[in-house]
This record gives sequence, structure tokens and C-alpha cells, in this order.
Amino acid sequence: MAPHVEISLTVNGERHTSEVEPRLLLVHYLREHLGLTGTHVGCDTSSCGACTVHLDGEAVKSCTILAVQCDGGAVTTIEGLAREDALHPVQEAFWENHGLQCGYCTPGMIMAAADLLKRVPAPSEGEVREALAGNLCRCTGYHNIVKAVMAAAEADHGDVRPPTPPDAAYETGEALKGGIGA
Amino acid sequence: MTTETAQERWVGRALKRKEDPRLITGKGKYVDDIRLPGMLYAALVRSTEAHARIVSVDASGALKREGVVAVLTGEDLQFESGLPMAWVPPGVEVNAPDHWPLARGEVNHVGDPVAVVLGDDRYAVVDAAEDVIVELDPLPVVTDIRAAMEEGSPLVHEQLGTNVSHRWSLGGGDVEAGLAQADVVVEREVVNHRIAGAPIEPRGVIADYRAGNLVLYSSTQVPHFLKLFLSLMLGMSEERIRVIAPEVGGGFGSKLQIYGEEILLAAVSRRLGRPVKWIETRSENLAVSHHGRDQIAHVRMGATRDGKITALHAEITADMGAYLMLLTPVIPSLGAFVMSGCYAIPNVQTDIVGVFTNKMATDAIRGAGRPEATHMIEICLEQLAAELGMDPLELRRRNFIPADSFPATTTLGIVYDSGNYEGTLDKLLEHIDPAQVRAEAQGLRERGIYRGIGFSTYTEICGLAPSRVVGPGGVGLQTGLWESALVRVDLTGAVTVYTGTSPHGQGHETGFAQIVADKLGVTPDTVRLIHGDTETGPVGKGTYGSRTLAVGGEAIAKAADKVAAKAAQIVAHALEAAPEDIEVSGGKFAVKGAPSKGMTLAEVAGAAYIAADLPPGMEPGLEETAFYDPENFVFPFGAHAAVVDVDVETGKVKIARYVAVDDCGPAINPLLIDGQVHGGIVFAVGQVFFEHVRYDEAGQLLAGNFVTYGLPSAPDVPTFETDRTETPSPTNSLGVKGIGEAGTIAASAALVNAVIDALRPLGVTYLNMPLAPERVWSAIAHAGTDNGGAA
Amino acid sequence: MIPVEFEYTAPETLAEAHRALQEDPEAKLLAGGHSLVPMLKERLAAPSRLIDLRRIGGLHGIERQNGTLRIGAMVRHAALASHVELGAVAKAARTIADPQVRHRGTIGGSLAHGDPASDLPAVIVALEGTIVVSQPGGGSREIPASEFFVDYLTTALAPEEIVIEIRIPAIEGAGSGYQKFNARHEDWAMVAVSATVVRAADGSCQDVRIGLTNMGSTPLRARAVEDALRGGALDGPAIAAAAALADQGADPPDDLAASSDYKRHLARVLARRALQEAAG
Repeated sequence: MAPHVEISLTVNGERHTSEVEPRLLLVHYLREHLGLTGTHVGCDTSSCGACTVHLDGEAVKSCTILAVQCDGGAVTTIEGLAREDALHPVQEAFWENHGLQCGYCTPGMIMAAADLLKRVPAPSEGEVREALAGNLCRCTGYHNIVKAVMAAAEADHGDVRPPTPPDAAYETGEALKGGIGA
Repeated sequence: MTTETAQERWVGRALKRKEDPRLITGKGKYVDDIRLPGMLYAALVRSTEAHARIVSVDASGALKREGVVAVLTGEDLQFESGLPMAWVPPGVEVNAPDHWPLARGEVNHVGDPVAVVLGDDRYAVVDAAEDVIVELDPLPVVTDIRAAMEEGSPLVHEQLGTNVSHRWSLGGGDVEAGLAQADVVVEREVVNHRIAGAPIEPRGVIADYRAGNLVLYSSTQVPHFLKLFLSLMLGMSEERIRVIAPEVGGGFGSKLQIYGEEILLAAVSRRLGRPVKWIETRSENLAVSHHGRDQIAHVRMGATRDGKITALHAEITADMGAYLMLLTPVIPSLGAFVMSGCYAIPNVQTDIVGVFTNKMATDAIRGAGRPEATHMIEICLEQLAAELGMDPLELRRRNFIPADSFPATTTLGIVYDSGNYEGTLDKLLEHIDPAQVRAEAQGLRERGIYRGIGFSTYTEICGLAPSRVVGPGGVGLQTGLWESALVRVDLTGAVTVYTGTSPHGQGHETGFAQIVADKLGVTPDTVRLIHGDTETGPVGKGTYGSRTLAVGGEAIAKAADKVAAKAAQIVAHALEAAPEDIEVSGGKFAVKGAPSKGMTLAEVAGAAYIAADLPPGMEPGLEETAFYDPENFVFPFGAHAAVVDVDVETGKVKIARYVAVDDCGPAINPLLIDGQVHGGIVFAVGQVFFEHVRYDEAGQLLAGNFVTYGLPSAPDVPTFETDRTETPSPTNSLGVKGIGEAGTIAASAALVNAVIDALRPLGVTYLNMPLAPERVWSAIAHAGTDNGGAA
Repeated sequence: MIPVEFEYTAPETLAEAHRALQEDPEAKLLAGGHSLVPMLKERLAAPSRLIDLRRIGGLHGIERQNGTLRIGAMVRHAALASHVELGAVAKAARTIADPQVRHRGTIGGSLAHGDPASDLPAVIVALEGTIVVSQPGGGSREIPASEFFVDYLTTALAPEEIVIEIRIPAIEGAGSGYQKFNARHEDWAMVAVSATVVRAADGSCQDVRIGLTNMGSTPLRARAVEDALRGGALDGPAIAAAAALADQGADPPDDLAASSDYKRHLARVLARRALQEAAG
């Protein structure tokens, strides 16, 4: 067996130090080592997004990241999304708008949506749909999911910023003077 | 959930779901979320060949791996019987080959399990499974149903002497005579290609055999059937078996099955004396969870010049795959029962031949036979309209079974319970104006965008039950298909409802609570539904075939009625009134005309359990059981319209609008209905445009993951416009019909008709799914040749 | 599924990374992991060790220096997409998979993977980019993108080399377009075409670059289209005539999603659309 590696990371605000196999996927670290089973596995190919969590504040697919790659990082899972005793506005909106049926894709879907709303507080319907392209749902036809995300955007006045295009606002990204087009 | 008192009916209201709080916070418990002490993990070694003799299995390398406990093959495990197939149609011979949890001697499709590796580390068993050396001696392979029927074709099962599993027909009138009366006959080869259920939760099983008793957790739609077959196959007395379907992450029919892995894990746990878990990977899910559709139909539909359909004949060749699983051969027959759709057609005939191939078995997938039938009918009908030069909606109206003729007996002898097809179509046209769509189409054409509109008016048959019709003496399923329910009122007036149906996303906990709340004068938040556990509730047949509300819901209503009747007696006794004068009103069992005089359910329950002053002879307690077996099926119906834009340069299709008007009787919860319709439509969108379980000629699966088997995602589908009409069913007291499959049944024809409509100006009159961009582009390029694209 | 076992190191300097690479010929470099980890899970790759580049400084920036855009190998697709001044590079990056993948996948990893269906390689080839690789002992070499992609999943990168930077000559006043065609939004490109154009003062075509994604075993450049346009008019008819040459010299294989003929057709259509987008 390959030598285990010590990793130390913060999950839902709590610090964890563990010895893990290098090949251990983040999703299995969360589910099997920490017992956080809200993050699901739905495919083998980084396609379905059921495993979506936030790593250092960004949505990622935890089935495609090794736990060792997260050493020193901070992870938020669906279990850590709610603010104190209140549901996160996206959770609230999924409930209110019947944005889920079997619930299996739901944690990943909510984490992806919450990630979008952090970057783009007032997205268009098209932006919502594109931002959820990496999350598959077989039950809802997406209609009520999209409705829920739009509703959450309207409801969450907590952290309003001016609209920005998706994929904007990552690196500090001063525009370079003279590039290769626009 | 609001906590206001029941001033009005809860049924009919768009309550948000009771299920959701646990699911949106990651607290739902699916099979893979359960871990038992001492649990082993299982990994399966599967055939890499589509057809081969098993020469040898060498597990020595695997057994050397740290943590590996055992490797077992088909020779190591004995079962009392093979995996079940539940259909024995009277007078029809069905060739059912042996089918074991692990292959014995021969493998018949890629993915057929050969051995199981057990170990105490989830990753190590996967490594060890790769170390098992299986020597296979390849046999000739057949994957194409037409080729499989030819003389001299390789045989999937040599011992059967044929690749034909069965032939089955259903007809009424005389189709040849009817076609002879027609002025126009449309003839089409309609392909309904193979698709997967692909719930986002793959299957999973945990078996825990200890001290002679078995507890089995499975992501199944049918826990009670599973308990029965575990008993039969393992030779265990049924009372020693408990099956639990915990939170189940979608099914779509793919979990309506008795899978080899479920039986295998139980056998392994019994043998090793430890709990065992197996979780399907997505690649396994696409390879070995049963597929659906895969029919080629030769369809002829004729009509007179004035638009009266005279006959419809469908000759269906259905791909069974390599084995007959629980319902494999009967699926095409489900479509045959509604082969005349919502039309009065005097001559209708369906002839089915089932064919074995070296592929995974097909079985029920959302709609199961009815999407195929509707597709055949509605595609041919719009072509018929084109050839008659008649508006396709006018052609429909001329053939609809009139609203005043229900219950209506069709040519096939099926009694449609209720319908108002004109009504749903009229309502559809309140939302969409075909003339306006056609006007818009003119403007778009110069930009290379061809806009088309297509329709689908459908009815379907669901609410499976009734036992006397579908059971051994009727259609031939070897079971009854009733439901039962137990309604228990606690001392405090809280209500627990036990059902034998087994939800996996439908929202039963909410909808059923609404029904019971009205019956018992309480709020839905004090009504809890228990399901999916054979030990804690009454027997049931599971959730599939849009049957749960119309059969299971009615059983619950009946049990609640019994509780209410007993409550009324208790109240009448206490208040010195007549039981028939007690009604549920204002959150109480109150005396008619004196609403202030009454008792809450909690007060009634107190009286029932303290039992100090009950009517003479009355048993204490407040709980009732009811069994319900309906007299007839239910027949939901509706009218859908799709508007599509085709980029004729590339063949890519965009759905511009989709409008659905459905009628499933009075709504219990409109929110849940809309959700089912949205999801149902997108299930069809997947089949129409993206999804296709493809095999190559050697029987290798070409769509074995979510990259190659692409489900639609949010940007691939539009927002939907939905509406309803409510025509009650006389079949049950609630008047309800199923809605879980209707969207899927309706939508494929509407979408394909829309694409054909868009391209008719270019000479395209025929397209078969899946409408991948290249197929559409190619059809435009070869317009006029009328071949439906490559088959 | 689950990767095979491997060892793991995350060195803090390039020198250490090279040393690790030299020690173990079966080792593989790990950047964002969004090409490699899926292959590990499918067991299409089984390295003995992964050398994670995430801790190494100096690979994460985007800057302009003397007419050259320098993009660190570990710059993620999401960051590329947010720099609209990167023109076709940003537009192509924006179409990669989904937000989660764009948060992790890197330009260096994508190029080193050498998949002609990936969105970035053909854009970098068309823009005459250079891939800078470091070598053991502190040296480095620059490989023109046109020479970097050798065959399907095969690059000119030597086993002991590490991609550290991508350089692209800045082009003043360029317009760009990226047209990606797939059945589903999430799918890989059946074909994609990038276009970068610079108009002369009189509106004619001063310079033009066309990249073809998934049109062969390597990313391609549509030189016939470029030659037809360069120095001439940049109007609708000229663009249409030139775009019709987009598949010249390309011989894409049939695959599950599209036949060779259809891909060639798509290349012609998408070239026209990308040029129209770029020409504004």
C-alpha cells in the first residue's frame, strides 16, 4: 500500500487532520472519514455534479479532486451551508419552489447555485442554466430548480454586488493593457 | 408547512413538501449513507465479452490482496430458483432462459457478472476485482434484432433453439379491411431506440444476515416484491426477511426489478456471516441496470379523405436483450392496450415479437410501452394529416372519442374511464396559437432558422391494478396488484400512515398527508407517512406505472375513512348525537348544524385509547387497515405542443416553447403534478435529442458513462408552460389518475412532429429518434428519400 | 470509480519537482487534475506517483511583458475566462465543461494532455503561442505551439520536462470569435473554430488566425482560410468564400458524435460564424 499522507483541512469551519491514502477522493474523505454523507456520488466522469462542494470558496466536483490536493484548504459541504439555524436562501428557495424530487442531486445542485449567486447576485435565466450545466437532475426537468435559483437571487439581499458576467471576478484580474482581442 | 388549522380542504393546495427539509440539508439517508459494523464491501467481476463460455476463473491473485475475504463464482452459490420473470400470458408460450445472480457456464452480454469479490476496504475490492482472471471462450454475437431473427443467426441461448422469446397480439376489428377502406395509408418504420433509466443515485444494496434473519437495504421501487423473491430464491421463510428501501434517489422504472446483486448480497452475507455493501458505479448502472424501449415498429395508419381514421396496425419487434427480467417481455404489450390512443379507430391491431440479443435486458423505463405506442400513433397521425392536406388538430378532433361517451369501450375492449380530449386541446390553444407560430416561422427562415410546431394528444393506461385484469387469469402477471394502507392515530392525535407503495422522489409524504388531513380534520404537518419498510407497514406492491396515488392513495383514503367512521361513532357516543350527524368541519368531528359542538381528533384519540367510555362493543384504539383493488385502470390524457427552431445549416434543434395541458383528475397537490410533468417531458427530451444506449456489432457498450450517455442538463431544455383540466375518474373515490409518466408518454411525439413540421418545406417528412444534429442535417441533405434518417 | 494506488508529493520548487520526476519514470505531474484524475478513476492511467505542482510559486499569474502575454501554467480556466482581453482564449475557456471544472482545470494541464478536442490547444496554435517548459538543472526551452502537439494525446514534452508558461504574442486591436458546436451544452466540442482578426485602417483584413478543434489528431490551424482573407476584404461574401476552405487539409476521424464528413461541414459553417463574430 502506498504511504499515507497527512492532510489538514477545514471542513464546515472545523479543522481536521487525517492520514489518508494518496488516491483517496475528496468525496470519499468527506463521506467515509468525516461521515458527511450529504455530498453524493452519481457518476465516474465528473459529469453529474452530485458531489459538488465548495473548496476555498469555489464550487468544485469532489469526485475529481484528491483529498491530498486539499491539504491546507477549506471545504464547505451541504451540511455546512445553512447559516446558524436558518437555511441558506438557496435551500429555502429549493423548498419553496419544489426544486427537488428524489433529492439525490440536490446537495450538489444547491452548492453550485450558491456558488453562482456569490459571483453573480442577479443572474438571468440563461446564466442560471449555464451555471448549472455541470449538475444533472433526472427528476425535475430543471424548471423548478431554475425558478428556485432566480427566487433565491431575489430573496438574498444580504450580499448584493453589481451584476457581473459569469466567470468574472476570479483572479484579481486587472485587465491587461492591450491583449489579443475582445 | 403552515400550521394554520384546517379551515378548508388541504387537498388541491400547492403545499411545499414535507420531505424537503432533510433533503436540502444533506440529511437524507440513501443506501450508501448507511454503514454497519463489520461491513464488507463487494465488487463484481463482469464479463468483457457479449457472448462467451466461461472457461475458468482464477481468483488466486485477488485473494492475496490485503483485506480480501473471499471471491465467489456462480458455481459457489446455490439458489432455490433463478431470477424471476413475472409474466405467463394465457395461451402464449414465452421462452425464458435461466438467469442466475452470477453467470453459470456462459455469459450473454457485456457486464454479465461472473464473480464477486468481498473485502473490508472499499477501494481494495475494486483493485482485487481487477486481479481476478476470467478466461472466456468467445461465442458468436448477435446485437441486431433483425439479424437475430434471420435463419442461421447466432443464438443467444443455444438451448432455446431460437432467438424469439414470444409472439403476442392484441386486436379488434379487421385492420386489413380497415386499411382497404382508407383513401390514404401512411406506412412508417418507427424506431424507439434503447435508453437507460439513469437515476442520479445508482443502485445500492446492503445485506445483513444474522442469527437466521435477513435485513436487506436496497434502492428499490418494490421492497415487498423483493422480500418475496429473496424468500423464494434463498429458501428462507418470509417472516425472517425484512427489506428496507431507504431514501431512494430516483428510479424511473430501473429500480422496478429483482436484480441479481440484491439476491447475491443476501446469499453472500448468509455465507460469510457479515453485512455486505455493494454500490453500483455509473458505468455499471449504464451496463447492467435494465434498459428501456428498443422497439422497431412497422406501423400502418389509414384514413378516408374526410379524415376518419379507419385502421391502425403496429407490428413491433422488441429487443429483449439477453434475459427476460421481471417484466421484460410484457412491456410492449402495455402499449398495445392503448394503441388506438384517444381516437375512435374501428380496426386496431398490435402484433409483437420479442427477440433475444447479446445486450442487457430491457424492461420498464418511465412510460414502459406507452411512450412507444403514443409515438407511433402521433407521428403517423401528423403525417396522415399532411398527406390529407388537413390541419393536424382538425384530424385529431374528427377522431377523438367524444367527451360524452365515457366510460368508453375501445375497439380493443378496453374501457377508458373518463376523458375530455377536446377540452385539453381547447385549453392548450388558449396558451399557444399555431397560426402565430407559423407567422413567426416565416420571419425566421431568412436567418436559416426553421421553426416548426408539433402536437401530441394522448391518453395512457395506468394505475396498475386491477388484479383480476392484470393477474394470472388476465394479462398473465403472476401477482395481484392491489394496495393496502394502515392509518394509526396516536393518543395525542398525531397520525401515522403506513403504505406499501415506495416513493423515490414523488412527494408521497406530502400528498398523502393532505388526503388524510382532510379526512381526519387535522393539518398535514401532524400526518407522517411511513413507507419502504416491509416490517413496519402493510403489504404493498411498490411505486411504478403511475399507480401510487390511484391505487395506494385510494387505499389510504379508505383506511382514513374507516378511522373517521370510528371517530364519528366515538364522538356521537360522547355528545349524544347520531353517528351520521358527525362531520369533519373546522378541524373537528362536529355535529352537523352545531359546529361548536365537536371533538378534535386528539380528543377522539384520547377517548379511544383510554377506553373508559366507548360505545358498547367497540374495540379500543384508533387505527384501521384497508386493502384496495380497483375495478378498472385509470386513463390520464392531455394535449402537448412543442415549438422548435432548427438551425438548418447544422441540424441543431432548439426547443423554443413547450406547452403541456394534462388531465389527471382532481389535483391533490398541483406543485407535485407540475414537477412530474416537467420531469416527464425532459425524460422524453433526453430520448429525442441526446440519449442512446448504443452497442457495437461485437456487443460492446458504446454509451457506458455520462459523457457518452448524455442526459440533458439545465441549458439544454426550456422553461415549460403547464396547465391542467380536471376530469374525475369514476374508478376511485378521489377521482384521481397517475401523472408520473404522462409527460414522457406525450412529449417525444410532440417534439419529433415539431422538427418534421419545421423541415417539411425542405422536403423532410420522416425522422426517427434520436435527433442528433448530424441526423437532422443528413435528413435535410437527403430530403425526399423518406428513410427517417439512418435506422 | 477509484484510481489505482500511487504515491504523492507536492514539492515547493520546480527543482524538487524535476528531481521527483527523474527519480520515478512512472510518475506523472498533477496540475488541476481535471484531465488526469478522470483517467485515473477509469484506470486509463496508472502512474506510480503523482507530483502535484500546486505549491510551486510563479505558475499562477497572467501578465503582459514587451508585447507578449505570459500565462502561468497553473492558471485556471475560470481565470482565463474572466480576462476578456485574452480574446479567443477567454472565449474558448468560457465554454469548457462547467463552472466546477473551470474552477480547477488549468491551461498547462490542458495543453500537456494534448487532446485535440480540448478547447484551448487550437486557439493557442492559431495565435502562434509558445509553450515554455522547464528542464532539470534549471534550464528551460520554448516550444512553438505548432510543434508542441504531435499526435492524439501526445506532445513534444519530454518526460523530464514541466510546462511552466504559455506565451502568446499580443495583437493590438484584434477582434475574436469562438464557435463551439456540440449536442449538449456540457459535451466536448464536435468541432469548434476560433477566429482572431485585425482590421487595417481601411477596414480590410490585416491579419487573421483560425484554429480548429477536434478536426484531426492534433489541434489545427486553417491556413487556407487565413490566406484567402489576409490583405483582402473582410466582408460577408469574403468571409463566406474563405470559410468554405476551413476543412482543407483536415481529415477528422469519425467518432460517436459525428462523422468525418459532418465535422468537415461543421468546420466550414463554424469558421464563417467565428469570423463574423470576430469581424464584429
